[in-house]
Amino acid sequence: MASIPFEHALLLASVLFALGLVALLIRRNLIVMLMSVEIMLNAAGLAFIAAGSRWGQPDGQVMFLLVLTLAAAEVGVGLGLVLQIYRRYKTLDVDRLSEMQG
Amino acid sequence: MELTLFYLSALVAIAATFMVVIQCNTVHALLYLIVSLLASGFIFYLLGAFFAAVLEVIIYAGAIIVLFVFVVMMLNLGSKTIEQEKQWLCPGIWHGPAALCAILFAELLVTLMRSGAHEAGRIVESKTLGIALFGPYLLAVETASMLLLAGLVGAYHLGRPLRSGS
Repeated sequence: MASIPFEHALLLASVLFALGLVALLIRRNLIVMLMSVEIMLNAAGLAFIAAGSRWGQPDGQVMFLLVLTLAAAEVGVGLGLVLQIYRRYKTLDVDRLSEMQG
Repeated sequence: MELTLFYLSALVAIAATFMVVIQCNTVHALLYLIVSLLASGFIFYLLGAFFAAVLEVIIYAGAIIVLFVFVVMMLNLGSKTIEQEKQWLCPGIWHGPAALCAILFAELLVTLMRSGAHEAGRIVESKTLGIALFGPYLLAVETASMLLLAGLVGAYHLGRPLRSGS
């Protein structure tokens, strides 16, 4: 039975992470930026799962569970912030939310 | 065979994620994100992590995406809504995600048809995972529950309506 090469799984995870990072950098919609953060967390989880499968240990899946919990908490708070920002500024464009001159 | 399935679902995942990056409409990006997460779940299954695959579909592609859809629905209250509704109802938008989903479905059928040993990675059973979770990682699990509670309280606090005058 041919097993999946570890390097290819890691390569897939890094490609997905890079795509998420590019989306975070080039998109200016707050919801899409949160989605790209989700993509990056998912890619990190994929790397953990691949490593756990490579060595046959459950630690990879444990780390994936923790990443999942982190993603759920992050998206809850993040979407709450998005709602507040939309109520105050009537826009989701992060370039217009530059009151702090960052 | 398993390698073919892996590379096919990897291609689906990358294509769907790329479409998330270049889609202008948020809802279309969400559709492609669902396909990407489903493909990731299939890859987890192929890698032998069954529990993680199930959690990926239930929590990522289910709960988190539903949160996104709720927020998009809450924010799209305007006069543009009817035009957008017309756009959503016209066929053609869903062709891309549907094609990618059809590929994933075909892979699922192939996997189900070939019963028996069909994983391309080392299987980590749910039992060992549970023993590890509630043995050496017990403190991490408790901390994760505290994190979820903090996220719940924070989201409730942030989501409350604005007081007039503030």
